[in-house]
Amino acid sequence: MKRREFMKSAAVFVSGVAVSISALELLDPQEVLAKNPDLRWGFLVDTYKCVGCGMCVKACKIENDIPLEANVTRTWVERYVMTKQGEVLKDSPDGAQHGYTSKLIDQNASGMKKVADEDITQAFFVPKLCNHCELAACVQVCPVGATYSTADGVVLVDRKWCIGCGYCIMGCPYGVRFFHPVEHTADKCTLCYHRISKGGDTACAQACPFGARKLGNLRDPNDPVAKIILTQRVGVLRPEYGTKPQCYYIGLNEEVR
Amino acid sequence: MVEQAAQAAQMLVHGEAWTIKDLFVLPNEYVYWSIQIVLYPYMTGLVAGAFVLSSLYHVFGVEKLKEIARFALVFSFALLPVAMLPLLLHLQQPLRGIHVMVTPHFTSAISAFGIVFMTYAVIVASEIWFVYRKFIIESIHRLENKQRTGIDGLLLLIYRIISLGATDLSPAAIRADHKATKILAGIGIPVACFLHGYAGFIFGSVKANALWMTPLMPVIFIMSAVVSGIALCLICYAIFMWLRRWALPRGKNFFLPDQLAGTMNLNESDLREMQEHETTLTAKYLRIFMILAITLELLDIIFRGYTAVKSWDILRQVIYEHDFVKIFVLQYGIGNALPFILLLLPGLTTRRACVASVLVLFGVFMMRWNVVIGGQAFSLTFDGFMEYALPIIPHDIETFKEGLGGMLLVFSAPFVIFYFLNMIFPAFYNSDDEAH
Repeated sequence: MKRREFMKSAAVFVSGVAVSISALELLDPQEVLAKNPDLRWGFLVDTYKCVGCGMCVKACKIENDIPLEANVTRTWVERYVMTKQGEVLKDSPDGAQHGYTSKLIDQNASGMKKVADEDITQAFFVPKLCNHCELAACVQVCPVGATYSTADGVVLVDRKWCIGCGYCIMGCPYGVRFFHPVEHTADKCTLCYHRISKGGDTACAQACPFGARKLGNLRDPNDPVAKIILTQRVGVLRPEYGTKPQCYYIGLNEEVR
Repeated sequence: MVEQAAQAAQMLVHGEAWTIKDLFVLPNEYVYWSIQIVLYPYMTGLVAGAFVLSSLYHVFGVEKLKEIARFALVFSFALLPVAMLPLLLHLQQPLRGIHVMVTPHFTSAISAFGIVFMTYAVIVASEIWFVYRKFIIESIHRLENKQRTGIDGLLLLIYRIISLGATDLSPAAIRADHKATKILAGIGIPVACFLHGYAGFIFGSVKANALWMTPLMPVIFIMSAVVSGIALCLICYAIFMWLRRWALPRGKNFFLPDQLAGTMNLNESDLREMQEHETTLTAKYLRIFMILAITLELLDIIFRGYTAVKSWDILRQVIYEHDFVKIFVLQYGIGNALPFILLLLPGLTTRRACVASVLVLFGVFMMRWNVVIGGQAFSLTFDGFMEYALPIIPHDIETFKEGLGGMLLVFSAPFVIFYFLNMIFPAFYNSDDEAH
C-alpha cells in the first residue's frame, strides 16, 4: 500500500468511525429514558404553617453531610418582624437550625434588637431553599458545566468536576449556594435527589412537623402540590430575574426577597 | 475545649474569616470574591493597557513612542501569566483549573477565558518574535563566535530554539518581519480590548448583582485598563531608566546584555533626554484615556441615581455612606482628580509624571476594589451589609491567598518574570532599524 493510499483510507476510516460514534452519542439510551416529560419536581412552602422550629434545617444538614457547626446551609428559615413604626426586621441566626427560641432579633454587627410585643404588627417565618429554576442562572454561568439541570428539573452540582470559582454563588439571586467546608466545591440543595428518585421524600419535608414544606410533581394534575399551585394564589421569589423558580410560596408578601 | 476550638476553626467556611456581616444577610452570603478577584481585572488591565501603549507606535506610527513601545511589549508579555495567577490562587480546586480549557461550558462568560487568553498570548508572543527575530539571529552569531560561559551557553541554546530556524536576515525577510509586526499589533488591539472587556463582561452580566449589572461595565473596564497599563509602563520605564542612568557612570549596564553595551554608545545625557521625552509624551496619552475612563464611570453613577430603580436604595447607602471614602476620596480624589491636575500643570517633568502615574495606578486599583468588593458589600435581599476585612497576618493558606500575602505575591510576580524575560529579549535594546 502506498503512503498516499494509506492516508486516504485512514482518513475515510477515522471519519466513518467518528460519524457512527457521534450517532451513538445522539441516541444515548440513558438520556432518552431520563427525559420523562411526565415528571418535573417542584416544591411548595406554606408560610402560614411554619413556626420556625428549624427541624428542616437540622434534618437537611444531617441527611446531606453539611457539618452542623459550619455557618452555611442548604435550607434555612427567616423570621420577619414588622412594627407599628413601619420597620421591617429580619433575621436567620445559624440558618435557624436551633429554632427560634428567643425574641431577640439578630442584627449581626449591630447586635441584638428587641421589639416590644405591643409594637409588633405582624411576624412570620419563611423557609427558603434552592428554587430549582427552570432557567437557572447558576447553570448558565458555570464555566465547566459542573452545575446542571436534570431532565426532571433538579439543579445539581458535580463535585468531581467543580473548579470552585464561585461564579455560580455570585450568579444565584437567592443566595442558596456556598462552598462546602469539607469538599471545597460549590454546594446547594439537591432536593434530596438520592431520596426522591427512589420514591422517598426530601429530608426537610419529612422533618417538618406541620407540613409547611411539600415536594410534588408539577406535571401531574392529580398531585396535591400541583393542585394547590394550579388552584390557589401562590408566588415565587424574585421573578424579575427571569430564572423561573419552581419553588412556590403560599402567603408570600412584598418584604420577602 | 482546645479540640472544639480547632474543630470550629476547621469548619470555617470560605469567606467567613474576612466577612463582617451587618443587619440582615442571608446565611450563605459572604464576600466570596476577595482580593484575588480584585487583582484579576487589575492585572489583566495592565496587560491590555501595556499592549495598547506598544501598539500606538506599531500600528498608528506614533514614532516618538518607539522607545517605550518596545519596553511595553516585553513588559506586557511578562504581565501576561500574572493575569492568570489570581484566578488560580482564588480557585477552591486550583488543580482543576484546566477544566475551563478542556470542557468549556459556552453559556458561561468565564468559559471563553481559555480561548481569549491563549489567543492573546499567541499574538503577543509572535509579535515579540517578529520584533526580536533579527536580534535573536544576531545574538546566535555573536554568542557562537565568543568564549562562552555557562549562562552564555544556555542563552545560545534558548536563542537557537526560539529562532525556529528562521535565520534569513535579507532585507526582504526583515521587511516581512516589519509587516508581520504591524499586522499582529493591529489584531492585538481588539483582542487586548476583548480580553479585558470580557473581564468586565464577567461582572457586568451577573444579573443577581445590582452594582455589577450594567452594559457599561466592559467599556469602563477597557478604558481604566488602558489608563493603568500606560501608567505602569510610564513608571517602570522611568524607574528602569533612572537605574540605567545611575549605573552608566559606574561602568555598569543594567537591563542590557554586557556584550551589547559597547554597540550602543550610550551616555548619561542621551539617556536623560530619552527618558524625559518618552515619559512626558506618554503622559499625554494617559490624560486622554483618563478623561474617557472618568466620564464613563461618572455616567454610570449618575445614571443609576437618576433612574433610581429598586436597588438604588441600597446602592446609594453603599456608595455614599459605607464606601464613601473608598470611592470619592481614594478613587476619584486621590486616584483621578489629583493626578489629572498634576499632569495638566505646565512644565511636566518625569518625576511629576511618575508621581501622577503612581496615583493613577492606585486609583484604578481602588476602582477594581470598589467594583468587586463593593458589589458584595450588600446582601442580595438589600437588607444588610457585608464588609471585607483584608487578612493581613495569615493563619492558614486561605487567609494567605486571599489576604495581603497573596496580593504582594501577585504584585511582585511580573517584575520577577520581567527580570528573566529581559535577559532574552532586552527591552531597552535600541536597534538602529527604522521600524520596530
